[in-house]
Amino acid sequence: MDSGGFFFQAFVYLTAAVVSVPVAKKLGLGSVLGYLIAGITIGPFVLGLVGSEGQSVMQFAEFGIIMMLFLIGLELQPSMIWKLKGSILGMGGAQVTATALLLMAIALFFGLQWQTALALGLVLALSSTAIVLQTLHEKGLMQTDGGQNSFSVLLFQDIAIIPILAILPLLATAQASSSSIHGDDGHAGGSTWIEELPLWGQTTAVLGVVAGIILAGKYLINPSFRLIAKTRLRELFTAAALLLVISITILMGKVGLSPALGTFIAGVVLAQSEYRHELETNIEPFKGLLLGLFFISVGASIDFDVIAANPALILQMVAALLLLKFFVLAGIGRIFGMSFDNILLFALALAEGGEFAFVLFSFGLNNGVFEASLVNPLIAVVALSMAMTPLLVLLNEKLVQPRFGTMEKEKKSPDTIDLDRKSSVIIAGFGMVGSTVGRFMQANDEEATYLDTDPDNVDLLRKMGFQVFYGDASRTDLLQAAGAAEAELLVIAVGNAAKALEIAGTARKYFPHLEIIARTSDWEESYEMIGMGVKNVYLDTLDVALRMGGDALGRLGHRRYHVSRAMKTFRRYEERHLHELAEIRHDKKELMRATKLRIEDLEQLMLKEKEGLHKDKDLGWDASGHIADDGHMRS
Amino acid sequence: MRQFLKEVVLRKILILFAHPALEKSRVNVRLIEGVEAITGITFHDLYERYPEMDIDVKAEQNLLKEHDIVVFQYPFFLFGIPALLKEWMDLVLVHGWAFGRNGNALKGKWICHVVTTGGSKASYSKGGYNRFTMKELLAPLEQAAHLCGMRYLPPFVIHGTNVMRPDVIKEHVGQYRKMLKLLADQTFDPVGLCSQENLNDQFRRR
Repeated sequence: MDSGGFFFQAFVYLTAAVVSVPVAKKLGLGSVLGYLIAGITIGPFVLGLVGSEGQSVMQFAEFGIIMMLFLIGLELQPSMIWKLKGSILGMGGAQVTATALLLMAIALFFGLQWQTALALGLVLALSSTAIVLQTLHEKGLMQTDGGQNSFSVLLFQDIAIIPILAILPLLATAQASSSSIHGDDGHAGGSTWIEELPLWGQTTAVLGVVAGIILAGKYLINPSFRLIAKTRLRELFTAAALLLVISITILMGKVGLSPALGTFIAGVVLAQSEYRHELETNIEPFKGLLLGLFFISVGASIDFDVIAANPALILQMVAALLLLKFFVLAGIGRIFGMSFDNILLFALALAEGGEFAFVLFSFGLNNGVFEASLVNPLIAVVALSMAMTPLLVLLNEKLVQPRFGTMEKEKKSPDTIDLDRKSSVIIAGFGMVGSTVGRFMQANDEEATYLDTDPDNVDLLRKMGFQVFYGDASRTDLLQAAGAAEAELLVIAVGNAAKALEIAGTARKYFPHLEIIARTSDWEESYEMIGMGVKNVYLDTLDVALRMGGDALGRLGHRRYHVSRAMKTFRRYEERHLHELAEIRHDKKELMRATKLRIEDLEQLMLKEKEGLHKDKDLGWDASGHIADDGHMRS
Repeated sequence: MRQFLKEVVLRKILILFAHPALEKSRVNVRLIEGVEAITGITFHDLYERYPEMDIDVKAEQNLLKEHDIVVFQYPFFLFGIPALLKEWMDLVLVHGWAFGRNGNALKGKWICHVVTTGGSKASYSKGGYNRFTMKELLAPLEQAAHLCGMRYLPPFVIHGTNVMRPDVIKEHVGQYRKMLKLLADQTFDPVGLCSQENLNDQFRRR
């Protein structure tokens, strides 16, 4: 079908996303699967609303992956990376090498030439950064051991693309099919500035560019952002943020590096910048949209003709690819001492082929490494395996983990566990906040029931004899299993704002009798919580900040008891304002005005505190009134 | 050697100071100036030590054991002791330790209240607007001391702090210091003071 211009296409893509993603989410399938289904639906084989342009849309949408890595970089301090170096090099290196060699062996067995076999192995060893990270992030699994290690391996694969791109042309068995090398998408190695240079020159240029990005990030970008921020034009900042990402993409393309890697490095460099948060909020929507677009185009590009031609073979290949990668990953997880649940998550998440395979296949095709008859079914295999991944992770979460997760030492299945003891408190999340709440309650003879998504936490808690459930506390069945119907209190201690709100939503809807005590991380989240009818909202930084401020005052010689009372007064005002602002949160404009008012108010309050110290407060301990009276009486 | 002897003959004094708003104080703040530096005196600022009222009972009891004389020092707000001092009494002076069959940790120790009041001395009398004498108003505290087997000294009261000229404050500070010095002196027997209405007059006369 002729697309009928840009607007019609945009209309088709957006409608597909808007319709299928909420449905998928509602069904608990997650947004990635939703986008993929949307893509298949509008693709040439179902509705046929998008056709051959799907491929170019995908190349454009891959920009979403670049942005995603930039955002991930922003959240990682360099010290974090350093801490991960073992798992990046060890696990990542082992995964790529072992998978590539095994795949090569299989390809050799089927009679391919060794060059083609090696190229195939390398290309298929890669996994899909976009699908894995988005899926894990959405499920709040990034912080688990399995999530962290998945990330490490993906990072290694991103780095590995550089040498793979360099090696592929050397593995050509036929004449390069075209002289104009596929290089417009930013991934491919052609048409770079440095291809004429000798190897040492290329290496120097590559290292120079990386060093340049790091130095610019440290000394150039921050001051420029400061200037831009001063203009107070929000859209200018957005433009600058986009410009930054795009320039790095171009630059990396020019030296033949993976732009995703480049933006990732830039992100890490900027992780300590004061504009980190601003950058995040500006890039986030673009990333989300483009990534969605990318998933849609993956769905749309699944060639059902190729599949229909030989469905059994294709499905066997998908199964073989997934199984082989799964067992290699599981073995690595085992060697690196991961727990059973984490191995499952890690191996399932990374078992698919990656989006780079599309790029590398077409690159290899152009360079005479592969033949079209080999590549076409393989592209379908990779796309199918990618589409399977969110489904596999979901099945793992819903069916496998509840049955077998953390079961090595436990006989009971978490989801059907009988409550040995009835707890009146359920604590969702066993991080720093949840664990402290729980320990404190435990110390005062209140047993809580815990819900957590990190299998290692669950294991630990179990060993210590706690009543704990593995899984997502926003699920009604899990809350039910944890005894929400009989409990009095639900403590929401998870740090992820979206998750916390989701949990509160479920609890309010299905267990309205539950009193909720929620931890929030910022004003916005607090408003949402209060808006849901949660009355007991605790900003997780407020008390710490006040205690620190109080200690500072005390050390400056202020009376500790006065400070203690002042802290309480301050906190009372702060929390009262939170609730007042929550009431008007729906009207954004009003809210902005109110936030401004609040800041002014706070200023007033603080001034009052300062001036009124000896007048307005603690009058019971103040003699000035008596003095006035006595003076009067005496006269 | 002389130094050694001198230390031996000193009674150890624990001042339990309770002022919820010292930043507003005009008299107590002068009284306590430099007190902690005096040998043999432990100055214990309760509101500064326990701003959250989380009294460490064991530590407080140990502190009491180490001293011979306990001074409760506080401003008199609405005829009572500050909340933290009352809480301190309730938690530290417990049955089985301070009183009761085996509670004799404080037996024989001296206790003295140092109180500041806004109202004049005349107001604290039968005919005055406060209707009761200080001795009467402090009766529950006297009884608490009695229960613990402590020897109760008359209070050292500074009246009229609402309107007090600096030179008068200075005079009171002097008397307060003299009192502390005398009580610390082991050769002096405080029994003679017990029949007095208050300790101030005693020192005014001296």
